[in-house]
Amino acid sequence: MKFTWFNLMPWPFLPDDFRQRHRSVWVDIPNTLYDPRRGHFVYHQYMDQLEYADRLGFDGIGVNEHHQNGYGLMPSPNLIAAGLARRTSRAAIAVIGNSIALYNPPIRVAEEFAMLDVISGGRLLAGFPVGTSMDTNYCYGQIPALTRDKYAEAHELIMRAWTEDEVFAFDGKYNQLRYVNCWPKPIQKPHPPIYIPGGGSIETWDFCLDHDYNYSYLSFGGYLRGRALLQGYWDRVAARGKDESPYRAAFAQIIAVADTDADAEKLYAEHILYFFNRCLHVYPGFADAPGYRTVKTIQSGALSQLTEDMQRVFTKLTWKDLVEGGYIIAGSPETVRQRMEEMIRGLRIGHVFCLFHNGNMPDEKTRHSTRLFAERVMPHLRDLWPEWKGDDRWWCKPMEERLRPEASLGGGTPS
Amino acid sequence: MNFRWIETARGAKVRVFEGGRGTPLLFLHGAGGLLAENPFLEQLAQRYHVLSPELPGYGESTGETLLEDMLDFALHGWDVAEALQLEKPHVVGHSMGGMIAAEMACLAPRDLGKLVLAAPLGLWIPAAPVPDLFALLPHEAAQVLFHEPARGTALLTGGLDFRNLEALRDFYIGNVKRLGMAGKILFPIPNRRLAKRLYRLRAETLLVVGRSDRLVPAAYVTRWQELIPRAQLAWLDAAGHMLPYEEPEAFVGAVSHFLG
Repeated sequence: MKFTWFNLMPWPFLPDDFRQRHRSVWVDIPNTLYDPRRGHFVYHQYMDQLEYADRLGFDGIGVNEHHQNGYGLMPSPNLIAAGLARRTSRAAIAVIGNSIALYNPPIRVAEEFAMLDVISGGRLLAGFPVGTSMDTNYCYGQIPALTRDKYAEAHELIMRAWTEDEVFAFDGKYNQLRYVNCWPKPIQKPHPPIYIPGGGSIETWDFCLDHDYNYSYLSFGGYLRGRALLQGYWDRVAARGKDESPYRAAFAQIIAVADTDADAEKLYAEHILYFFNRCLHVYPGFADAPGYRTVKTIQSGALSQLTEDMQRVFTKLTWKDLVEGGYIIAGSPETVRQRMEEMIRGLRIGHVFCLFHNGNMPDEKTRHSTRLFAERVMPHLRDLWPEWKGDDRWWCKPMEERLRPEASLGGGTPS
Repeated sequence: MNFRWIETARGAKVRVFEGGRGTPLLFLHGAGGLLAENPFLEQLAQRYHVLSPELPGYGESTGETLLEDMLDFALHGWDVAEALQLEKPHVVGHSMGGMIAAEMACLAPRDLGKLVLAAPLGLWIPAAPVPDLFALLPHEAAQVLFHEPARGTALLTGGLDFRNLEALRDFYIGNVKRLGMAGKILFPIPNRRLAKRLYRLRAETLLVVGRSDRLVPAAYVTRWQELIPRAQLAWLDAAGHMLPYEEPEAFVGAVSHFLG
């Protein structure tokens, strides 16, 4: 099993009446709610936490891309990843990822990811999301019905730029480049492992299987709701005749560990409810621009989308609902270990993107939960897939003799 | 109205509603497509040979992937006219259809009779932004589109019972297909630089707009008049953006008076 410590980087100072006063945490969230001077401390605290996770032995540390979003302060995850690449030397740097349809030209992603791979000594996991409709269509103005076509073209360009040794001309529909010549190129050959975050479209499953990319299901619905979706993916894997290595799939999960179950609620409930109640307050008109999802995908799941008003569901959730409904995995180390095992086996996943920092959780509590997990949970979950031991097709392959610059930066060992 | 199928030279299969005799009149629908009832088409067909094609992705027409940008949409309009063997048709476009009609008239200024732009989209005034059609919730749409929103909701849904989940799903998928296509020329801002081509217009032009149009407000009427100085203007009082549906008699009256 591989565990990646992930921080969405939420803005922790949304007002108590945020829901009542504002229609959305995303796209048109009032800019005045952001305070850059406080932001200075927020960024450093979040980056410190990622470095702390590296020192505790997490396999990866992860960042992602969102725009105009009150729970995701990384319009450019590559900037954060660059900082992490200098301050760590062990963990994989998981950038999940760059929304490649948004870069003009997308060769920029090939270049920046190559830079990250080189600086980190070959530790990059490269994510290529289509991007949510909020980010891609409403914030970045991409035409919904053409987004996937543009994505496919960007993917082709980037992979060719990484793998071809000759300068070539690229005559795309969205990008025309006379001289494609990726300088530098990544350390990992033929390219860093590719992660495709998806929301359950059949097209995305097939895309992952066509290229043997990792499929990452990222939602905040938790593992009970994730099960049906991942089952669809595994059915597709079987139908396509691919091997069933659990490392083909990753899942994101909110986790909170305390000394006892009761302590977990006492310590973390306030902050996790901040996340569900304020951070997920998204105006439904921004959720799904017409044309963004294919008709085929909608037909396979339209009714659940229509009948489930997630907004209302989230506002009514209590700590008990979150735990019992499997939205979060929280409690004592033993409780968390049991639930994690159930999740990992139930979903058949080899990678977990672990969300320990949630909403407005203070640094101290985040580290407490992270450390308990690293010391008292993670070691017991390492070998859940003995028959696939050593399957590192979706993991980074760093160079052995790489520099370890953090030693001179005073990174130290965990206290 | 009857309908028939044509295939354009590009390969789109298009359903065309047709009725009446006389001078050909090509009607181009808006972003929402034709509704369940289109009484103004019947009324126009009492005086003209009305042909109302549905764009790919609308109704039963297919070939969505063939049309990607504004030039594709405008050429598709002429491809349809060609497939129908129309000689200098009057071109009447509503909303997004007005935008397409104006582009067609700029591309081939001598190939049409007269031009009617009903509450046309296609321009952008920074100080008076068009509301974002693509972020409207279903219950908000009628507020923006109709003089009388309550009546508008019934017109938009065609009296469907949304407690029937099958009907709801079909409506939702239809809406996604229609607006997915419309987004190719309207998203995120309904401006594909038509303004710089309007100097090419030769056809006599009528602008017809509803007084309570909240999608394309009065500032746009002024702008259209600046760009097409010879255009005539007709205001319909008790109508919003969906003027052909809200005031069919007045709409047909204004159009017929202009076309003669």
